[in-house]
Amino acid sequence: MLDAALCVVRRDLLLAWRRKSDVATALLFFVIVASLFPLGIGAEPNLLRGIAPGVIWVAALLSSMLSLARLFAADHADGTLEQMLLGASPLGVIAAAKTIAHWIISGLPLVLIAPLIAVQYDLPAALYPVLALSLVLGTPVLSLIGAIGAALTLGLRGGGILLSLLVLPLYVPVLILGAGSVEMASAGMGGEGQLLLLAALLVAACAFAPWAIAAALRISME
Amino acid sequence: MSDYAFYLWGAYSVTFVCLVLEIVFLLKRKREAKA
Amino acid sequence: MNWFWYASPQTFYPLAGRVAPWFGFAAALLAAAGLYVGFFVAPTDAQQGEVYRVIFIHVPAAWLSMFIYLVMAGWAALGLAFNTRLSGMMASALAPTGALFTFIALWTGSLWGRPTWGTYWVWDARLTSELVLLFLYLGFIALQAAIDDPRRADRAGALLAIVGVVNIPIIHYSVVWWNTLHQGASVSVTKGASMQSQMLTAMLLMALAFWMYSIAVSLVRVRCIIRERGEA
Repeated sequence: MLDAALCVVRRDLLLAWRRKSDVATALLFFVIVASLFPLGIGAEPNLLRGIAPGVIWVAALLSSMLSLARLFAADHADGTLEQMLLGASPLGVIAAAKTIAHWIISGLPLVLIAPLIAVQYDLPAALYPVLALSLVLGTPVLSLIGAIGAALTLGLRGGGILLSLLVLPLYVPVLILGAGSVEMASAGMGGEGQLLLLAALLVAACAFAPWAIAAALRISME
Repeated sequence: MSDYAFYLWGAYSVTFVCLVLEIVFLLKRKREAKA
Repeated sequence: MNWFWYASPQTFYPLAGRVAPWFGFAAALLAAAGLYVGFFVAPTDAQQGEVYRVIFIHVPAAWLSMFIYLVMAGWAALGLAFNTRLSGMMASALAPTGALFTFIALWTGSLWGRPTWGTYWVWDARLTSELVLLFLYLGFIALQAAIDDPRRADRAGALLAIVGVVNIPIIHYSVVWWNTLHQGASVSVTKGASMQSQMLTAMLLMALAFWMYSIAVSLVRVRCIIRERGEA
């Protein structure tokens, strides 16, 4: 079972490596979106410092959502997904493995690039660890919940936008907790409460999402 | 609260209109389903 | 009585047709009673004057919006578990009414907010949670609309509804937490003066009226769905 999971993760990472531009575009989107807000709101430093956690988190949300469409689409198109459904390995394991690979490709880079955006918004350096930790805990949850949506909307017309409509309401708690942890830390009260709740969400998502993703894949592939 | 009439009747009238519209559309759908 | 005999669309169709008008009459009667108590029996509020009477629509609509989602998810779960066609149809039939009540709750809440809080929209915990609930409903409807095959649409919507219903408490509590952090002391809609018994009566009557109304409308709608799918 673990072999199958590792195999799928390696395969997805290899495929992503061969198409680095896909990954890079999602990252670029993250940076561009975050750069749009000051252009729209005005560059007053206090204002930007105040909205920085929220903006970074919203940009991470949107960027993560954009890359979800790619999660199952390629495998669905060439028939690999069908083989995975028919194969011996539990579909939940495969789904979890694909989601892990998706996070490594789309979520982890966000964590690494976020300090760059934080610099743009003049977020105090002391907050970087909380920001990074909140993203590390939160982006896998986004990948897991988003994968359910991606599996449900497999092959549908209007896929990307429909996926967003389905998945964004479910993202709300992650957004509130993630941005909230940084805001609490900046107010001097420590973001541990939110981070712990985020960790709880992560554990719950890891436990239940693969099952839901597998069920959704079966529904979509009949 | 003077001027409450606008808010109160705005709320009730939109609610009433929404419910009536739902029934109207539903009856239309029923007609088309039977056709 | 063998209730399961009604679990097939063909047998449920005539039952729904016979029963729906009674729920409609019940809704009209209860609404008349509720509005009468609400406008002619319940006293003027000490702080808010007459405008508080929006509560007789706002709160019942909000209650129904959440209740209908629960029922919808319940039918969805039944449909997925037992692979029954009618369960999926019931879930689809409930969604538009649920979305409508969510909208009504938001609209009346907004118009209540203007004279009492000063603005049309407040990021109050309850209103924000209602807004997210509306998005959940619309997502369900959009997903089912985007899928051509009715069985796949039923099952996909069902999974989405179940994922949504599990998330609703999480969303609600995170929004409540977020709201208390950001708003500080915000006005609670039912606190302040304790609810007078006549106000509560009117609210309960209107809630029952909305409930009967949604049952009536959903039964008619499920009959339409049954016909559209050629099952009756």
